Amino acid sequence: MSGWGAIVIGGGLHGLSAALQLGRRGAKVLLLEADRVGAHASGASAAGVRTLGRDPAEIPIAVAALEMWRGIAGLVGEDCGFVQSGQVKVAETEAELAQLGERVAKVRALGWEHEEVIDRAELRRVLPAVAPHCVGGMIVRTDGFAIAYRTVLAFRRAAEAAGVVVREHSPVRGLERSGGTWRVRLDGGVTEGAPIVVNAAGAWGPRVAMLAGERIPIGYSAFMMLLTSPLPPFVTPVVGATGRPLSFKQLASGHVMIGGGHKGTGDLETGTYRLDIDRAAYSARTALELFPALEGSEIVHAWCGIEGVGEDDLPIIGLGRSEGLVHAFGFSGHGFAIAPAVGEMVAQLALYGQSNLPVAPFNPFRFS
Amino acid sequence: MSGMVDVVIVGAGPAGIAAALEASAQGLSVTLIDEQPAPGGQIWRGVEQAQGAGTLGQDYVAGADRARALRASGIDYRPATTLWHLDEAGVASVLSSGHSDQIEARRVILATGAMERPVPIPGWTLPGVMTAGAAQILLKTAAAVPQGPVVLAGQGPLLWLIAQQLVAAGAPPTLILETRRASPVATALGHLSGLWRGREWVAKGLTMMRAVQSAGVRVVTGASGLRAEGKDRLERVTWSGGAQHAATLLLHEGVIPNVQVSLALGLAHEWDTAQLCWRPRLDAFGATSETRIAIAGDGAGIGGWQAAEARGRLAALDAAHRLGRLDAAQCDALAAPWQAELGRALAIRPFLDALYRPAKEVLLPPDAETIVCRCEEVSARRVREAARLGATGPNQAKAYLRCGMGPCQGRLCGPTVAALIADERGVPVQTVGTYRPRAPYKPITVAELADG
Repeated sequence: MSGWGAIVIGGGLHGLSAALQLGRRGAKVLLLEADRVGAHASGASAAGVRTLGRDPAEIPIAVAALEMWRGIAGLVGEDCGFVQSGQVKVAETEAELAQLGERVAKVRALGWEHEEVIDRAELRRVLPAVAPHCVGGMIVRTDGFAIAYRTVLAFRRAAEAAGVVVREHSPVRGLERSGGTWRVRLDGGVTEGAPIVVNAAGAWGPRVAMLAGERIPIGYSAFMMLLTSPLPPFVTPVVGATGRPLSFKQLASGHVMIGGGHKGTGDLETGTYRLDIDRAAYSARTALELFPALEGSEIVHAWCGIEGVGEDDLPIIGLGRSEGLVHAFGFSGHGFAIAPAVGEMVAQLALYGQSNLPVAPFNPFRFS
Repeated sequence: MSGMVDVVIVGAGPAGIAAALEASAQGLSVTLIDEQPAPGGQIWRGVEQAQGAGTLGQDYVAGADRARALRASGIDYRPATTLWHLDEAGVASVLSSGHSDQIEARRVILATGAMERPVPIPGWTLPGVMTAGAAQILLKTAAAVPQGPVVLAGQGPLLWLIAQQLVAAGAPPTLILETRRASPVATALGHLSGLWRGREWVAKGLTMMRAVQSAGVRVVTGASGLRAEGKDRLERVTWSGGAQHAATLLLHEGVIPNVQVSLALGLAHEWDTAQLCWRPRLDAFGATSETRIAIAGDGAGIGGWQAAEARGRLAALDAAHRLGRLDAAQCDALAAPWQAELGRALAIRPFLDALYRPAKEVLLPPDAETIVCRCEEVSARRVREAARLGATGPNQAKAYLRCGMGPCQGRLCGPTVAALIADERGVPVQTVGTYRPRAPYKPITVAELADG
């Protein structure tokens, strides 16, 4: 029990980013993590930094976050492995290419110009190894990717340097508001108090919200990833597909990471997951059909990250019904890229009650 | 998907064969899968083709009987079949001849055995340096001896067994660098009853050592500070106080349970303070914390092949009981002789564990530039740096450095990475945890997975 200015629940990238921004604004911050920092979705992330193909509601945040990624070393003290490799969404049919064209037109009408449509020749130029049936695509040349766990640790160090106290293996058991203070009950009869609580508990966000009596009914998924052994360089940008789920990239080390939203099974009680071998096989087939060069390469790792997912695939970001409570979770499998900017939004919401970036579409209570 | 079987057994060494024979005798349907092209596991590798019983010794001959019994049993035995994923619900994903298949089983017995403790000395990644076990594989499967001059370095019964096998094959090692620190006499005095119960093994060990020494092999005892040196391959081995020109260096510091699959499944494990390794937490019949899954053989804790057979029998009897083929009394009655056999086989272990306890420099490479993770070429220095930057255990270091993400899945670097992080943090090694290995347990190509 001590005079914390804010307590952040959840030591994933979003919790760390919010804690960092609160700490930099002078708050004395305690971050509580039930497991270890980066143990779930953040550490398991494909770590794409993508403005490409975002829901229009997320575009302002993604664009602001990309600016922050370009100066990430200034923010957290190291480059987090971030490279601006570009991101491409491949069209496998003329119909898909037309669909991408409409998408780009719609986004441009909203005033955003980061996406462009590319034809078959330009697609070949940026992705020489792509299968011959692909007819074109959509690209953001300034997008890229980072290294997930390195980023998590860098944010942790930066937060700690800003005075944040990170406490791992500290699950929260109760939340009560009285006299302008949140009482955060932990195991072993320990209680901590602060006027502000940030719920950044990822897939466990709805449970934390319920502790404060707030119902935010979103689900969760265990997103599955595959990693191959190192291959000679053959693809630079991060690649997605239009008609089927795929996210594909080659790291500087030569390893190829294959994801795209295929799901295993997660267990919120134990924090464990099970792979879905049939879905993993489907994922491998998709990757192979788009990049025949993968044929003989070996898969050395398969894993899942458990992540909160909203019905509309958009995150929960906003003030709770109770005073001094901010929710930021359920990033639905695409929260890594926007974490630097969301941290700022959360700090602004917590301290000033409003954010510089539009937050309305992420209203925590839009489902109830 | 193949049909549902009562028991799928992984590994056709002493434990797996014993489990398969017993389960089958109790009327259970059994599928036995094994990576190797023929039954026998490590200790009886290639036993069906063996010409050189004289070279490889009496224990090896016992394996031929077991292999014959397996072949005669009609059990669904699938050689050259690799387990690459196991679901706790009992679905085994296997790879055979380039095709992925799934086997659904009511129970699983893992008999995946032991692995040699990694010996990360400077230069251990040079061509010409290998584990003593690798040399033994050559001897057993190809009747090939390593290129001389050969230096054997390390300690433990297997080191002397291999030395003896090389002598018998007409290619004695030039030098044995024994790294043992414990005094045999003092250690023996502390373990008299175990020595008596295990006198048969002690006698065998002494015979082995005498045979090697009478062949005129030079032995340096208490060797430390080992280094493998050479430009593109091994040229010489050096230690504190000596050097030897060598073309082959065989390293061996004992064996530890291969816990890759049980760790990947998240089963409960405990730190074995005597053997300095992790082993799965098991009941008297080998059942794990996930009761559908049992573990038998050296994967349950190092005990040698007689203990492995007993554990295989016990796990199979337990499976028959749990599947309703035996009631509790029948199961206990059938288990009693195997429990006695297990106790007898394990009696000598405390003595061996104390005598051959690895030196600190084996567990914790003192040279900062020593490669720890061979697959990703990560040095001890980088692991320590990662620990200072906040990696609290092997999993965090993996996410940071990719150590343990190579094709060996961290089998070779896991113990060392954990020890380095623990040392850097000033905490006991068992508190920093282990890698959580991921599937695929063995690499599968993108095309093979896509085909599944």
